[in-house]
Amino acid sequence: MAITPSRRPTYYEELKAKGYSRRDFMKFCAMMGAYLGLEASGIAQVANALETTPRIPVIWLHFQECTCCSESFIRSSHPIVADILLDKISLDYTETLMAASGHRAEAAMHKTMQDYNGEYILCVEGSVPTADDGVYCCIGGRTAEQVLEETAAGAKAIIAWGSCACNGCVQAAKPNPTSATPVHKLVKGKPIVKVPGCPPIGEVMAGVIVHILSFGRLPALDRIGRPKAFYSKRVHDTCYRRPFYDAGLFVESFDDANAKKGYCLYKVGCKGPMTYNACGVTKWNNGTSFPIQSGHGCFGCSEENFWDNGPLYRQMANFPGFGIESNADTIGMVAAGVTAAGIAAHAIATNFRKAKVIDEHIEEGKEAEKEL
Amino acid sequence: MASSIASPKKLRRVFVWELPVRIYHWLNALAIVALIATGYLIGNPPALLSASEASERFFFGWIKFIHFAAAYIFFFNFIFRIYWSFAGNKYAHWRNFLPISKQFFKDMWAVIRIDILLKKDTEHVAVGHNALAGFFYFLTFLAFILQSITGFALYANMSDWWFADLFSRAGWLFWNEEFAMRNWHHATMWFFIIFAMVHIYLVFYHDYVEGRGEISSMGGGWKFMEEEFFEKKEEKETKAK
Ligand code: SF4
Repeated sequence: MAITPSRRPTYYEELKAKGYSRRDFMKFCAMMGAYLGLEASGIAQVANALETTPRIPVIWLHFQECTCCSESFIRSSHPIVADILLDKISLDYTETLMAASGHRAEAAMHKTMQDYNGEYILCVEGSVPTADDGVYCCIGGRTAEQVLEETAAGAKAIIAWGSCACNGCVQAAKPNPTSATPVHKLVKGKPIVKVPGCPPIGEVMAGVIVHILSFGRLPALDRIGRPKAFYSKRVHDTCYRRPFYDAGLFVESFDDANAKKGYCLYKVGCKGPMTYNACGVTKWNNGTSFPIQSGHGCFGCSEENFWDNGPLYRQMANFPGFGIESNADTIGMVAAGVTAAGIAAHAIATNFRKAKVIDEHIEEGKEAEKEL
Repeated sequence: MASSIASPKKLRRVFVWELPVRIYHWLNALAIVALIATGYLIGNPPALLSASEASERFFFGWIKFIHFAAAYIFFFNFIFRIYWSFAGNKYAHWRNFLPISKQFFKDMWAVIRIDILLKKDTEHVAVGHNALAGFFYFLTFLAFILQSITGFALYANMSDWWFADLFSRAGWLFWNEEFAMRNWHHATMWFFIIFAMVHIYLVFYHDYVEGRGEISSMGGGWKFMEEEFFEKKEEKETKAK
């Protein structure tokens, strides 16, 4: 892989060489500007940055993951995304897509790390298993944890792609046999952007990278480290089925008439009300659709530990410690029943145990009543 | 039949619950009933059959609106009560709720013996809150705080007001899992339901057994204490001197 020309070409130069017109380039900038929520002047800034800044080298690591993040990324709707970021000009190392393999690939990675120490962006897809000395994920004879530590040391910033890298996703679900650990728990002292989702939306991923390229800094993050531009709205607040929710019209089961009419999926487990993502706005696959549009509730795949938070097809979670099918309401009803029984028993017992006092009062009261 | 043919006891009227306390109590009760009813529905929406268009209805929207409105009333009412626990009379004072003295624990034990285990030997007289009740109100205050934090944190995203946003950081209490926060918010509702059952029963119990106007006290603020009670207290005080 040719990775270190003496003067690195800028993104625009690379694109021109690949045959893109100025018009295509500007369209791309405008699209990214829109996704990032920039004002019109911001688009010029994006264009300017891509014209003048040499490409930033990217190392993209794959640990415990299913590669759905990469898959999503290469389906990002604009072809420039793939060209600019995924072609060999830009990705110096990524197990899934690079041409080199074996020692040559490892050598390429080390060369990037040396030549661009402190400059490259480290993208991590997947979680890192720490149990049993990390044997559950080894690449080139080293554990994921070692690889991460080495590559993170010289990175300018780290992007944690997908829920695996952000919170461990399914392999970190209880009981988490491999101790799958998200990136931010292992790497300290580096700026980390979390781009959760299973997978994240391709345009969102591209947007995050373009933001870093254009402005030379990380996008504004929310309190758990996700870019605000994409993760500040609830799916529920951007959902086109919301009028049905507000009207109280719900799908009761996936095969009923309400499902056919496109009612809200809340009662069949939609987690849109607790999920922050851009699905309702940006959608997927060139804006074709998103889960709710295709008739399936939102899983909340971009939320922390969504696998451990209850059944996917019911609204209320199982109550911890009470086994399957017992949610807070079943426990509550049992507790209320027991309480009612206790009250009844106490009321009966009171009439026996306190009979004397009560009778005294009644006698007294009767005496008084006679005097009136 | 009762053995005593004693003449009717003289009762003295004691002003226990000041008006602000009573207003607080009933606002709180109303808000909690509204919150439970709507909250339960938000967790378990009814299956409605309707031929009307979604645009003609706002049923669930209203349920949520009532929930949020009641939440604000509940919260600020509670804040007011905290203020009143410093400004109010001695029965409203915060010391009634915090078990910070030995005497408090002794009193609690006495209430447990007499009113819960129904022992016959002694009588425990409390004019305001009895110690056990006070302690349980303290627990409800903790539940108030939990519900306010989780509730407003869940609501923060729907509000433009900085006030709700103050709570949005509470997420870390639940490992940033909004699902978990919501589930705990829902589960805590049952604490309120069970509390209300026991609370209402015990009010009736006290009125029934003691005859001092427990039930009506939250209406007019009055409780009725036997003359002897005052005399005994005076005796004690003179002895102490
Ligand atoms: S389908 Fe889900 S996200 Fe959409 S309105 Fe219903 S609950 Fe909200």
